Amino acid sequence: MTHLHPDAARQHWLAILANSHVDALAPRLVPHLPDESRLHWLRQPHTGLAMVEGRIGGSGARFNLGEVTVSRASVTLDERTGHGHVKGCDIEHARLIAIADVLLQDPERYPTLQREVITPLELAIQARREQQQRETAATKVEFFTMVRGED
Amino acid sequence: MYVAVKGGETAIGHAAQLLAHARRGDTALAELECRQLAGQLRHAVHRVMQEGSLFDETLAALALKQAAGDVVEAVFLLRAFRTTLPRLGSTRPIDTAAMRVRRRVSGTFKDIPGGQVLGPTADYTQRLLDPQLLQCGAAHSELPQADPLPNPLPSVLDTLGAEGLIEAELPPPGDPAPSDLTTQPLMFPADRPTRLQNLARGDEGFLLGLAYSTQRGYAENHPFAGEIRMGELELFLEVPELGFAVSLGEMTVTECQMINQFAGSASEPPQFTRGYGLAVGEAERKTMAMALVDRALRAQELGERITAPAQQAEFVLYHTDNVEASGFVQHLKLPHYVDFQAELSLLRTLRQEHETRQGDPA
Repeated sequence: MTHLHPDAARQHWLAILANSHVDALAPRLVPHLPDESRLHWLRQPHTGLAMVEGRIGGSGARFNLGEVTVSRASVTLDERTGHGHVKGCDIEHARLIAIADVLLQDPERYPTLQREVITPLELAIQARREQQQRETAATKVEFFTMVRGED
Repeated sequence: MYVAVKGGETAIGHAAQLLAHARRGDTALAELECRQLAGQLRHAVHRVMQEGSLFDETLAALALKQAAGDVVEAVFLLRAFRTTLPRLGSTRPIDTAAMRVRRRVSGTFKDIPGGQVLGPTADYTQRLLDPQLLQCGAAHSELPQADPLPNPLPSVLDTLGAEGLIEAELPPPGDPAPSDLTTQPLMFPADRPTRLQNLARGDEGFLLGLAYSTQRGYAENHPFAGEIRMGELELFLEVPELGFAVSLGEMTVTECQMINQFAGSASEPPQFTRGYGLAVGEAERKTMAMALVDRALRAQELGERITAPAQQAEFVLYHTDNVEASGFVQHLKLPHYVDFQAELSLLRTLRQEHETRQGDPA
């Protein structure tokens, strides 16, 4: 992962954190949480809306499909700032993502967190998706062609 | 004479208590959990999200529970709630081609890249009530599995597009941000992005009826279901502090690409035209109806004669919203005592005049 552009690595871990269930994230992250007194909340965890855009025909003009709830939080620790964004109303999820984001930026903490938090969560997401894709693939139609007549 | 009337506070309070009691039902039975609604009545929850125009399963399930299963009332609750939240921005336009597909079928081509994938559909069930569901705790068998499909699955319409047989769907120059009905009132003529936003949050029953009317001959546009796909895709939000688009997690959507009768002109060769439907959640009926109505509403743009209700943008778009419709229909039960007294008094006067004329031999 270290060979990626710093933004790409960060984008990746934020995606893993947002795509994981908070019940899977919390127990893995809790042992690594810094003392609350060291955290300075730039933006307290709260919920707002984002308008989801689609494209006509999948590729044409943009249009507004409807809004999604988004929870977010921003925190600083030792001169670094972590941002958490996640779909839904669960502000605890956004709070944990923000803390994980700020911790993962610390080169000393990164390897441990990557090993104990990000990688297991990523594997769980992959396993869940693959299972679903296999179940979906089993519903693919196999057509049989029947030939009638002599020729 | 004008008489101000006050009162009913106590009755209203008691009615609210009775409503909560009626919602809970028989206390000998376990109370419904919102998680159960989201997990086991997903179509109802999805519909509340679509028409409430707020994509949050937990809140939609809560609204459905609070409204005791009244979908339109639940939609109203969700719309009211959204007004309390700040707008953080817009997501990147979703890319339905990148969807992790759980269902994808085409009514136009048998052999499509990736194949016809049925997914969790009720289409081929016998529609016989299953008495086993009267009991809880049915055993779960292991699901059959197969090698994963290609990901992403290519779009069916691309094959027609490659030959130039269907109109291209490209963003207009500059790829402008769409107008937003949550901040700007509906104005006419309404452009297609505005119409689609309106249809996406429109009442499924109303759209279904309109779509059906087009099939029965009121604005026949000869539709084929080119592709219907349902699955998950990731939402991205541009965050200036980060300098990149951040993933918010996944959302389920359904998309319907309808292929319709040709259009051509002196400059353009004949080609198929499109109708488009898109909705959050599993929403096949809704997106198919939406695509048919979208195509009907393109009548003017495509130089077709406007003869049917489904082609009339003002008629359609002003009546899709079930929160507005429900409010205006149901407001009739609120006190109209004074209005009605005026009508009654007028009628009495007219009757008196009528009787006077009848009694007058001249």
